[in-house]
Amino acid sequence: MAPPPAPPQKSPSPSQPSGKSEVSDLKLQLRQLAGSRAPGADDSKRDLFKRVISYMTVGIDVSAAFSEMVMCSATSDIVLKKMCYLYVGNYARCHPDLALLTINFLQKDCHDEDPMIRGLALRSLCSLRVPNLVEYLVAPLGAGLKDGSSYVRMVAAVGVLKLYHISAATCLDSDFPAVLKSLMLTDPDAQVVANCLFVLQEIWNLEANKSEEASRERETLLSKKIVYYILNRIKEFNEWAQCLVLELVAKYIPSDTDDIFDIMNLLEDRLQHANGAVVLATIKVFLHLTMSMTDVHQQVYERIKAPLLTLVGSGSSEQSYAVLSHLHLLVMRAPMLFSSDYKHFYCQFSDPSYVKKLKLEMLTAIANESNTYEIVTELCEYAGNVDVPIARESIRAVGKIALQQYDVNAIVDRLLQFLEMEKDYVTAETLVLVKDLLRKYPQWSHDCIAVVGNISSKNVQEPKAKAALIWMLGEYSQDMPDAPYILESLIENWDEENAAEVRLHLLTAAMKCFFKRPPETQKALGAALAAGLADSHQDVHDRALFYYRLLQYDVSVAERVVNPPKQAVSVFADTQSSEIKDRIFDEFNSLSVVYQKPSYMFTDKEHREPFEFSEEIGNLSLGQEPVGNSPRYDESDKDLLLSTSEREENGGPSTNGPAASGYSAPTDYNSSLVSLSSQTQSETAISDPGMPKYTSQMTLAIDDLLGLSVSAAPAPPSLKLNPKAALDPGTFQRKWGQLAVSISQDCSVSPQGIAALTTPQALIRHMQASSIQCIASGGQSPNFKFFFFAQKLDGPPLFFLVECIVNTSSAKAQVKIKADDATASEAFFGLFQSALSKFGVL
Amino acid sequence: MIAQFFVLSQRGDNIVFRDYRGEVSKGSAEIFFRKVKFWKEDEEEEAPPVFNVDGVNYIHVKIAGLFFVTTTRVNVSPSLVLELLQRIARVTKDYLGVLNEDSLRKNFVLVYELLDEVIDFGYPQTTSTEVLKSYVFNEPIVIDSTRVPPLGPASMFMQGTKKMPGTAVTKSVIVTEPGGRKREEIFVDIIEKISVTFSSSGYILTSEIDGTIQMKSYLTGSPEIRLALNEDLSIGRNSSSVYDYRSSAGGAVILDDCNFHESVRLDSFDVDRTLSLIPPDGEFAAMNYRMTQEFKPPFRVSALIEEAGQLKAEAIIKIRADFAASVTANTIIVQMPVPTYTARVSFELESGAVGQTADFKEGAKRLEWCLKKIVGGSEHTLCAKLTFSQESHGNIAREAGPINMNFTIPMYNASKLQVRYLHIAKKSPSYNPYRWVRYVTQSNSYVARL
Repeated sequence: MAPPPAPPQKSPSPSQPSGKSEVSDLKLQLRQLAGSRAPGADDSKRDLFKRVISYMTVGIDVSAAFSEMVMCSATSDIVLKKMCYLYVGNYARCHPDLALLTINFLQKDCHDEDPMIRGLALRSLCSLRVPNLVEYLVAPLGAGLKDGSSYVRMVAAVGVLKLYHISAATCLDSDFPAVLKSLMLTDPDAQVVANCLFVLQEIWNLEANKSEEASRERETLLSKKIVYYILNRIKEFNEWAQCLVLELVAKYIPSDTDDIFDIMNLLEDRLQHANGAVVLATIKVFLHLTMSMTDVHQQVYERIKAPLLTLVGSGSSEQSYAVLSHLHLLVMRAPMLFSSDYKHFYCQFSDPSYVKKLKLEMLTAIANESNTYEIVTELCEYAGNVDVPIARESIRAVGKIALQQYDVNAIVDRLLQFLEMEKDYVTAETLVLVKDLLRKYPQWSHDCIAVVGNISSKNVQEPKAKAALIWMLGEYSQDMPDAPYILESLIENWDEENAAEVRLHLLTAAMKCFFKRPPETQKALGAALAAGLADSHQDVHDRALFYYRLLQYDVSVAERVVNPPKQAVSVFADTQSSEIKDRIFDEFNSLSVVYQKPSYMFTDKEHREPFEFSEEIGNLSLGQEPVGNSPRYDESDKDLLLSTSEREENGGPSTNGPAASGYSAPTDYNSSLVSLSSQTQSETAISDPGMPKYTSQMTLAIDDLLGLSVSAAPAPPSLKLNPKAALDPGTFQRKWGQLAVSISQDCSVSPQGIAALTTPQALIRHMQASSIQCIASGGQSPNFKFFFFAQKLDGPPLFFLVECIVNTSSAKAQVKIKADDATASEAFFGLFQSALSKFGVL
Repeated sequence: MIAQFFVLSQRGDNIVFRDYRGEVSKGSAEIFFRKVKFWKEDEEEEAPPVFNVDGVNYIHVKIAGLFFVTTTRVNVSPSLVLELLQRIARVTKDYLGVLNEDSLRKNFVLVYELLDEVIDFGYPQTTSTEVLKSYVFNEPIVIDSTRVPPLGPASMFMQGTKKMPGTAVTKSVIVTEPGGRKREEIFVDIIEKISVTFSSSGYILTSEIDGTIQMKSYLTGSPEIRLALNEDLSIGRNSSSVYDYRSSAGGAVILDDCNFHESVRLDSFDVDRTLSLIPPDGEFAAMNYRMTQEFKPPFRVSALIEEAGQLKAEAIIKIRADFAASVTANTIIVQMPVPTYTARVSFELESGAVGQTADFKEGAKRLEWCLKKIVGGSEHTLCAKLTFSQESHGNIAREAGPINMNFTIPMYNASKLQVRYLHIAKKSPSYNPYRWVRYVTQSNSYVARL
């Protein structure tokens, strides 16, 4: 399991010595000193060792001196010893044969009188990373874990992890995890306890996929007993250990509300810690514990505001960036709660640009009726800023605020003032915004067009801005007297226009202008079409050809296609789906927040955290009591903390019910297609007498046809479900906690189904007929929430867990599937969807 | 967890390099340096402290012109790593006295000793200067701090007051002074960074103080100390909804929020505003606080830019020091961006001006006015005549500014937070360690709009 050997000797950079002659020189000198007992020999050795280490640091390969270094290592001088350990640890991996030379003296040092030497030797021994030397590790490690010195035990605990990474089998066979576990629960030294905990966590996380026992052990780490044991000692741990311990507590599933409040009260003072990492880890615990308690959750937001703001102000700019990223996440989730704190997010002169960008986004999100004037005034100041990228961002921010407000009056004026500033980049950014504004608020066209008409197209060079200007020329050509002539001159310079985007817009604008003012535009349109047909860019060519043929066919049809009456856009699509936002929130206090991406997007599989807890589990544990009309489901955290933009999205004419909070346009589209396919039931794959035959192939096929689902997955293997599957709620809850979501999709429910869904029981009975059992349900019209499970019929007992939220007013179901065997979940989803679509029909 | 830790010089050389887990290739330092150097070629943007290249996360802080970097493949807490990097730098400074490229290069073996104990297999173990003492065997090679350009907030004290022993803050925690005896002393620094934005009419738009009570202890035998703050100090402002009469009276100090070092005990804080602690070795922030209560800004800045004929304009900047004459601000820099088409600038400094320079930075298109010191109560004016290369269109005030000011004011604090007394538990009747309580105010973002 040793990583591949390091690349052969790296050629040193020209600024550094070539190394060759120096190394042989060093070897010679070391050899001379090796046996020397002369006074001062240790000092000369120190100097030589230092040179070796410094070459090693800059990247010169000094491994050639390995045997000489080992010869010199017989010394009682601890400084020398440490340098030697460092050297050996660095080169042993690529010189396993030579590493054997060191075993002897390291083993001897492991028995030294001085606990520090024992610890250092043990650490180096475990750091050799040579697989065929593991046999020499077991005995010293075993002894180290029982050592009287806490330093040695501390080192030994981490040593177990090092051994695990060299040879997992040796580590597990020697039963080290069990030893660590008992050490964790009994050792008087907090750092030993902490190290045992990290090591066990890492080992069980990696083992959990391979063995049932390991995943049970992993759960034990999250048991009430261990979590409370550790929480009660929290102040004994140093700040770093506290952070990692709190990370564990954030995954703990509380048994009841008392449990939650006990933990929160215990950790309350951690919010006053000067170390930002401790504070953020504590906040994560608070946020996760209160997921299902809306009021308390909101209180937590209020409580953590001040400490976070203090951290932003107190550390280095790097530290404040990390904290500010988390504030950014919270602000995006609940802008309303921060609307009076907007001044804290004003940019400061000394802020680096990565901080300013975050602040601008936060200001944009927070803006509402009460503070828009102040925020926009402030942003306008930045628009004239010498820092051009920030000036651009600021203008975009003003535009975004205008798009999310109902009262845009004042903002439009400001935007138009930007155009008068006559700075190229300001004009460019503003044009793009004015275009978007006009698409949402066509009523402003008169004022805007008057100003836009005065802009000389020669001053607009950036493709995006040019495209926006051309779009406006086409769209409002009836109000701009010069429009045909400006377009004409732009078309004349067709060949100089590099951006295809601009040429595409030019074609469309010429068409629109032509429909409105045919005599003036005819010539320009002809020139544009001719230039377009000769264009080397495929899209431009195709569009020109398309327009040309349309016009040939029928001009009035062409007009209906190219320039139909437009409806104002109510909401511009959100760039990030709510699913992704929730994932990032689940990964609070991690790099995901800084990158604004869930971890699966930037980490390799083997480095991913295997369990992800989310809010559902909190809801589930509460919803278990009576399977009735529990009102708790109605008020999920999302609804209450809904951002203004999301509210609008719901209220907008295009979307459906209040529960459609997170649907972004593409998913909607997708799901309506799915419903199409599921009505044209096909009967193929599975042969299971007495059970309806389902397949998901049809849905896949249709998705494919329309190019929606890019992955043309092979037909899933047939899947049979155990009609008598059983699972107790506790196990379900645990599994739900451990497994990652393998499928999360929306699907629609037939109108008949909606009609039949008066109580949750109706659907539960229906799904039972398809061997899909319900374990908990709740809700009232229009929102119902179900947790289902099913078990694979043959083979090992593999379970599928489903969370299904049905919204009757939008006739949609949000389905999340977690599976023991994620590869089968696609097939299972097919079954599930098919069963659901038959609800009320049969 | 953390895969590697390394320190790079400004030119990108490895000064120390420690691989903890062997998960990331050895070339990471080079990849990191290239990425940071050329973050965005066209726009002059700084690389963020955290970024990802091919699945490897690079997390760094810049301290004293050096890059302290870690790499990891795991989705770690960025705060944890950044705090740890900062702490490693601080511990190193505690040992070396001075933290810079030279001192690190001279003492890299000692730094390796520290790194060995601070992190094991990627997991942070301890950053306590005191605990680490028993594991460090190299004697630091102390570099001559008088020749080192001052760095960090502590260095500001060196010029300001005469009483201050210049080397005190750059003394290693493990080096004994000549004479073999360690001097018993403790430094308590109240450092405030202030941010103020003035509107074009001189009205204060926003103001904030971020303060730190920083300590550095050279006391032996871990005595307990008690640090008493203003008795009428109150914490937590109910946003702005409730009008507070005391704050308008200008008496009480009201902090928005604060946090404390883990060694600080707050048993009697609610009663008498006293912090008690056994100060750990080395430098640490005992308390951080934030205040948005109104305060009197130390400087009033006003500026004017007007057209003065064709292709010409005149700018006047005025600064008034609104603090006591016994206090002197130093190293003041005033910057004002001017229109991009400015070609030449001539300056008129006030008559008899000493220690003042004014300069037109042509590349950055801004005026820079430096003043060595400003005595409390005084007023200073700079007059600049601008010549343009093209005719200005529109409002030139919109194309210039805002004015930014940098300064340091020793023995002054804007918040009025005071250390009433610093009590050290006595070990013997003759035990009387030196106590240094120092105040300093620094500009963070001091901006006046035009």
